[in-house]
Amino acid sequence: MIELYVLLGLMIAGAIIAIEVRNLLSAVVAVGIVGLGLSIIFLLLKAPDVAITQIVVEIAAVILLIRATLHRDIATKPCSSRPFGGFMAVLFLGLAVVAGILTFDGGLNPFGEPLMTVSEFYPLNAVAGTGATNVVTSVILDYRAYDTLGEATVLFTAVVGVLTVMRSRGRTKEEDLQENHE
Amino acid sequence: MSKEHEHGMSLIVKTVTRLTVGLIFLYGIYIILHGHLTPGGGFAGGVIIALSFINLDLAFGGKVSAGIFSKESTGVVEALGALMFLALALIGLQYGGFFDNFLHPDGEPGGLVSAGIIPLENIAISLKVGAGLFGIFLTLIVLQKFESESKQ
Repeated sequence: MIELYVLLGLMIAGAIIAIEVRNLLSAVVAVGIVGLGLSIIFLLLKAPDVAITQIVVEIAAVILLIRATLHRDIATKPCSSRPFGGFMAVLFLGLAVVAGILTFDGGLNPFGEPLMTVSEFYPLNAVAGTGATNVVTSVILDYRAYDTLGEATVLFTAVVGVLTVMRSRGRTKEEDLQENHE
Repeated sequence: MSKEHEHGMSLIVKTVTRLTVGLIFLYGIYIILHGHLTPGGGFAGGVIIALSFINLDLAFGGKVSAGIFSKESTGVVEALGALMFLALALIGLQYGGFFDNFLHPDGEPGGLVSAGIIPLENIAISLKVGAGLFGIFLTLIVLQKFESESKQ
């Protein structure tokens, strides 16, 4: 399990670099380090479905961010230190640590033996019940297809929102007409 | 830098892209069609197909990929995927319930044609995700740039 901790350290270093570095392109590349490390961790934890989705969405997001930042001169200015924000960050971090200690005091279940025994149903019955040898797909598209429908609705709403907000062409024509009338 | 991106990247990048972009597209189709057998599925495969179009855009400039798959057709394909997914769910109502797997007994487990409606749902989701993501990419990045340049 030592490689997990190495990857976690790399991801934390990438996240800190992404926040601290001045150049936007370097920050985007550092964010990419976090996503690639996460996808390798998913592979090591034997979750190849999640690893494929993670790496593919990460590449798409990084390309989008690079293309969005490369052509625009977005000035980065150093922000002044805010004592209230720092105090709240320390407070919530402390609360999270205390809650974690209280929760995991008795020790966690070993990996592969979850607390929720209801999930044992799916590996035992999925192949006979749905005919799909990939149990993950049989869960997301058969047993829990309602969740997938909700997820598809979220993506649909996002696409409709982007297409509505970014329709700059129609808006400018109307504004031109109004300016001519005035 | 900006001017170079208009006509795409260098000749090396263009040649390599011409060789690999078809393989990336094919890999996306493989991930979708084998979603019920091996890791992967509609979501990941759809994003890979969208990435192959985005790859074309990066190498050859935005007009090429927008010419193959325009903004209007991304909207149509995305709506088709969503309607196909909903139609499969609603047909299940005839057989016992919402999202009932009405084709299930056909095919052997492990074969390409098996698992009932799950491969069809994978195809619907891939159409939706791929077209939606590429539509967002076109709208946010490529077309914005063209419009800002045509104004100047």
